[in-house]
Amino acid sequence: MSGPQNADRGNSVSDHSLRGTPRGKRDLTELPRSADAELLADWCTEIEADPTRIRTRFPAAAREIGRTPGTSPEPGAERVEDDVRVRLLVALGRGLAGDADALSAEVHDLYRFGDADERRAVLLGLGLLSDEVGDRAVDLLHDALRTNDPRLVAAAMGTYAARLDDAMWRQAVLKCLFIGVPLRLVAGLESRVDDELCRMVTDYAAERRAAGREVPADALPFLPTPTQTSRES
Amino acid sequence: MRIFDPHIHMTSRTTDDYEAMYAAGVRALVEPAFWLGQPRTSVDSFVDYFDALVGWERFRASQFGIAHHCTIALNPKEANDPRCTPVLDLLPRYLAKDGVVAVGEIGFDSMTEDEEKAFSRQLELAREFALPAMVHTPHRDKLAGTRRTLDLVEAAGMAPGMVVVDHLNEVTVDVVDEAGAWMGFSIYPDTKMDPDRMVAILQRRGLDRVLVNSAADWGRSDPLRTRATGDAMLAAGFSDDDVDKVLWRNPVEFFGQSGRLLLDVPAADQSATFAGNSLLRGERA
Repeated sequence: MSGPQNADRGNSVSDHSLRGTPRGKRDLTELPRSADAELLADWCTEIEADPTRIRTRFPAAAREIGRTPGTSPEPGAERVEDDVRVRLLVALGRGLAGDADALSAEVHDLYRFGDADERRAVLLGLGLLSDEVGDRAVDLLHDALRTNDPRLVAAAMGTYAARLDDAMWRQAVLKCLFIGVPLRLVAGLESRVDDELCRMVTDYAAERRAAGREVPADALPFLPTPTQTSRES
Repeated sequence: MRIFDPHIHMTSRTTDDYEAMYAAGVRALVEPAFWLGQPRTSVDSFVDYFDALVGWERFRASQFGIAHHCTIALNPKEANDPRCTPVLDLLPRYLAKDGVVAVGEIGFDSMTEDEEKAFSRQLELAREFALPAMVHTPHRDKLAGTRRTLDLVEAAGMAPGMVVVDHLNEVTVDVVDEAGAWMGFSIYPDTKMDPDRMVAILQRRGLDRVLVNSAADWGRSDPLRTRATGDAMLAAGFSDDDVDKVLWRNPVEFFGQSGRLLLDVPAADQSATFAGNSLLRGERA
């Protein structure tokens, strides 16, 4: 399903809070000066030549090349180590070009044996490997969406999430509202939102109001009439 | 008072504990891999546990402004179960990770041959990955177990400064001190060591190479015993700087030898930390 199909509901999801720059399709822009770009380039070359090298480089990348200080719980935060690891994944994609099964297996292992930071980077990188791995890594999104870590859930909702089926994708968007993942981090939200998602969010808002709780601002664009969305407590 | 608890099993603790710890001054901790009370029966259980230590638990701690690190190992008790020992082959996957600051807890429980084999193998791994080792000393036959521990550390060619021998008391502290290893003390509500006895040991032998921990876990224990020890030190006439050395700089020095500390978290603003809190189960209030 694609395209907003909610005109008959009198709402528009194209306004305010859903706009933004989804980070799903990550641009490989300049790394901060704190990162060791030379070493990163060496590692990328190395991984392209021998893809198995990513198994030890990927976990070590943050401390050897660069990381953003701290372990913030904030979803969608720009972090140097994410950019570094995504570049290693792109190098892996080049090294295993033409062998989608091998690429998928390597990506799965990086996720399976990764800590939360490594898993997040794998999820963020999938958007850039989408053509190469096809649907083979959708199960990794399912795994991440089962967690309660907003950083993993947010990372799973990049451009690769276009490969989620509609039911799973809607559940994931609703989960984002539940656990506080800003919807601007959901790639392609405006074009994929449909009546069923609007119904789910409307029910969610009703449940919030019934409990005397605030409806998150991110939910408002989904609701039938903006006048009914004012807070009741 | 800033506190680094060098040994606490947060997996077994509640969010109330995290809040109370932050309020007491805890800004960093190390969670050693250990047994869970209920014995494991497969390697897969270890894998899920290790994943939690480098994943979910680190995230939980970050929400409360506390930097979470861990140590990874096959613990002595479960080293006796042949269903568990193959986990030794999986350890290198984890020992390469950020935030994994030592191999541990290793050591003795009942001083069996199997325990000794796993202990020696993991000391080799510590050398291979240039990591410190955290060694648990047995509840029973403690002095003999501590001596045997120090023999194995020496035989493995491990620098004593890269080893902390934990759960020490008045009877076992001196042999460890003489060997040049770090001395760990677990301050418990009614066993192991209490704050006043701890202060007496510090008065007698000084502050160097001492780590004070709560070792709080699923048993009767108290995550705020580190703070209680700091207060007892002050009451006994130690300075704020002395307390900072024991409760912060010492663990930073010891685990800093790993090059894997993630100590830049504590700047986190507590109110902001709660904004993204998914630990409220379901939705935010």
